[in-house]
Amino acid sequence: MTVTGFVTIDGVRKRWSPAVTVGPVSLEIARGEIVALLGPSGSGKTTVLRLLAGFETPDAGRIAIADEDVTALPPARRRCGMVFQHYALFPHLDVGENVAFGLRGHADPGRKAGEVLKLVDLTGFERRKPHELSGGQQQRVALARALAPEPRVLLLDEPLSNLDPSLRERTRRELRAVIKRVGITTVFVTHEQEEAFDLGDRVGVLNRGRLEQVGTPDDLYERPASLFVATFVGRANVLQGATARALGGSDGQVLVIRPEQLRFTDGGLPGLVRERRYTGAAAYYQVETEGGDRLEVVADPGAARVGDRVYVAALRVLAFREGRE
Amino acid sequence: MNSRLRPADRAAPGYRPMPSRDVSRILPRLGLTLLLAWLVLYPILVAVADAARGDALGTFVSRTGEWAALWASIWVSLASVVLAAAIGVPLALLFDWLDFPGRKTLGSLVALPAVLPPFVGVIAFLFLYGESGFVARAVQAVFGLNQAPWRLQGAGAILLVHAYSMYVYFYLFTRAGLAKLDASLIEAAQALGAGRWQVLFRVTLPLLRPALAGAALLVFMTALGSFSAPYVFGGGFRVMTTQIVATKLNGELPLAMVETVALALVAVVGLAVLRRTEGDDPLTALGKGTAPRRRAIRRPGVRGLATAAGWLLAALLLLPHLTLALVSLVPYGSWTTEAVPPVLSLVNYERLFDEPERLRPLVNSLWMAAVSTLAALVLALAAGALVGRRRPGGRGGWPGRGGPFRGPIEALVALPWALPGTVFAIALAATFSVSSPLTLRWILVGTVILLPLAYLVRNLPITGRAVLAGYRQLDPAFEEAAASLGAGRWATFRRVTLPLLRPALAAGASLAFVTALGDFVTSIVLYTYDNRPISIEIMSSLRVSELGVAAAFGVILMVVSAVVLGLGARR
Repeated sequence: MTVTGFVTIDGVRKRWSPAVTVGPVSLEIARGEIVALLGPSGSGKTTVLRLLAGFETPDAGRIAIADEDVTALPPARRRCGMVFQHYALFPHLDVGENVAFGLRGHADPGRKAGEVLKLVDLTGFERRKPHELSGGQQQRVALARALAPEPRVLLLDEPLSNLDPSLRERTRRELRAVIKRVGITTVFVTHEQEEAFDLGDRVGVLNRGRLEQVGTPDDLYERPASLFVATFVGRANVLQGATARALGGSDGQVLVIRPEQLRFTDGGLPGLVRERRYTGAAAYYQVETEGGDRLEVVADPGAARVGDRVYVAALRVLAFREGRE
Repeated sequence: MNSRLRPADRAAPGYRPMPSRDVSRILPRLGLTLLLAWLVLYPILVAVADAARGDALGTFVSRTGEWAALWASIWVSLASVVLAAAIGVPLALLFDWLDFPGRKTLGSLVALPAVLPPFVGVIAFLFLYGESGFVARAVQAVFGLNQAPWRLQGAGAILLVHAYSMYVYFYLFTRAGLAKLDASLIEAAQALGAGRWQVLFRVTLPLLRPALAGAALLVFMTALGSFSAPYVFGGGFRVMTTQIVATKLNGELPLAMVETVALALVAVVGLAVLRRTEGDDPLTALGKGTAPRRRAIRRPGVRGLATAAGWLLAALLLLPHLTLALVSLVPYGSWTTEAVPPVLSLVNYERLFDEPERLRPLVNSLWMAAVSTLAALVLALAAGALVGRRRPGGRGGWPGRGGPFRGPIEALVALPWALPGTVFAIALAATFSVSSPLTLRWILVGTVILLPLAYLVRNLPITGRAVLAGYRQLDPAFEEAAASLGAGRWATFRRVTLPLLRPALAAGASLAFVTALGDFVTSIVLYTYDNRPISIEIMSSLRVSELGVAAAFGVILMVVSAVVLGLGARR
């Protein structure tokens, strides 16, 4: 995918302590694109977001938005809208005042606030206080507040982590719809793969302060650039040694095989079905090899029973060099 | 975290251990630290230096009176802790356990001694239980005695006043601790077979230990610094605070310095010892619990008895306030030997507001309290803004928790709390009686500035504690949200930080204002005729037997204090 950079992150690094460093990170984001930053906690994804927002200043590197170098610009002048993890709605202001907070100097803040509230389907909520709203409503107010000053970039820090799991999927779809309607360039941080895949046009995977891979969800799943990405994104059997060799690997290789890329066959790697987890359309089987390795196989619910002796073959394997992550 | 990356990173050219922009962050912190040190620490150091000079130390060591006063300070303070706990803790437990009519109203009435400024409380006791007070006169009248049945004097009198005014700390701390106590803990103990008393001694009280230690510390420090009660009721019985003032009046300044330092040392040692017993609060780790169920008293007889006892207690606690109000209505010279004043009128108040010169002390107290509170608030806000913020998202950044100078600034803000008011009054008087601009000393003694300056120093821990706590509770995301919405530093402070800190500011400011308004300890050392505050005027009125005027001022002080505290507690 060729990217013409609307947001450019170029060799940015931030050192918290000798042992904790984020970067160097480089990333180009196209106008109107939604990029998800995915990674385990402590991987530096929030730091990258905060560097973009201007809450942290990088020790090295450059950040540009629309060809303007903003590296040294304070947050107040960056025109980045931010939705915080816990929303940070000002408790002393009502919904209308919260949304109009960034509209100082606007010709008609009240009207503009009303428009944005309409966008997030909260018309008529202007005089409510934040604590009178449900979690989902608070999230939408936070989104409206961030969008009201018409920022160049929208930043979201774990935007759905504060919601009930039952609410998340719907909210995710609504969130994507609003962002796409506004057409704003968006970066958001999450530690949930499903969220990143569902919401992001592209996903950047961070590990230990480094951006391991940036790509579409398909890219990441099918063509992971590193063992970390392969195992962090999606379910994976990680195999070494004899088992790996039996499934097509060579010496010094680590194999990553998705459960759906394993099949029960008439001949192949022999094993014993230890567990079966039924999910309706398919079943997950835990197969123990003679070497003691465990494989997860997705197959037809009727393919095998616990205690069966089976043979397993791999359709497609991802091979990585040993000792590298 | 990632050892593999370390060597490469150390060599990274982009890494600067202390970027230059940090200078702009360090300078204000350094500036505030120095200002606070000059205000708070410097006078104490001057006092120590003065004490070390000459043979005052030898005099102090050789005089038995000094040791007696020092010992008196210590044992009176310890006894005050015991008495206050003996009243406050059972009272809190009873209010927590039992339900009877009027429990809620009584529960708040019990805190009433707190709105009585120390000196006003003392004169109220004088009017009530003193040798010519109401109670003594009543006893005299009933038994037909020729003279007062007792004299309210000495250690016993001091302890009576202390117990009355300081049990409130134990009461409030215990109630707060009990409110945090999870009922399931009690139920767990009961399910394990513990009876009522066993639960109390094996579960409740151990869990309340931090609260009780906190109250004990507060009472000890307050009693150690107490001046009004020993001054009025001490007679020949001297504690260190009164001893210091007496020595200073005698003109033995170096000796007064040694005494001051000795008292400060006792305070610091007491603080250190009591702090150690406090420990970590196990209750905070438990989070919100359900309040233990209260036991309603069902038997009508017992219920009536409990109610009556409760109201009797309330009346007893309210007596000083009522006495003050009553005496304030007695015109000068109209009350001689009668048990109850024969004439009551508003003449004392009328004269107060008719003659501007009589109103001066009130005006003085108000402006000095207002100015010193405002200044203390500004300093506290500066401390909070510079070192009080939480790091966003709990991330690193600055080494340590709050960056450079956090520790020193917090310690300096808290220091005046650890030392008795007399210590600061004497230290400030010594520091600012010399003109030596090079060592940052000017002659302020005899000017109207020194007393409000002393109030400011004394107010600093009060506003500081409130504001720093406010900042600590403030989610950094609020300020960041404002910044990302285009608000600059000042706009963020004005539109977001200040409104969010309002409850903390109001609480700190009201308490500081009331403390300064009712101050007697520092005032008696540092006042001049031009800025004489209410407490000094009360004292002079008492000297010339204008009891009504003294009481009227006391009532005004009491009412203003209650109103201000009420305003400060509003959410």
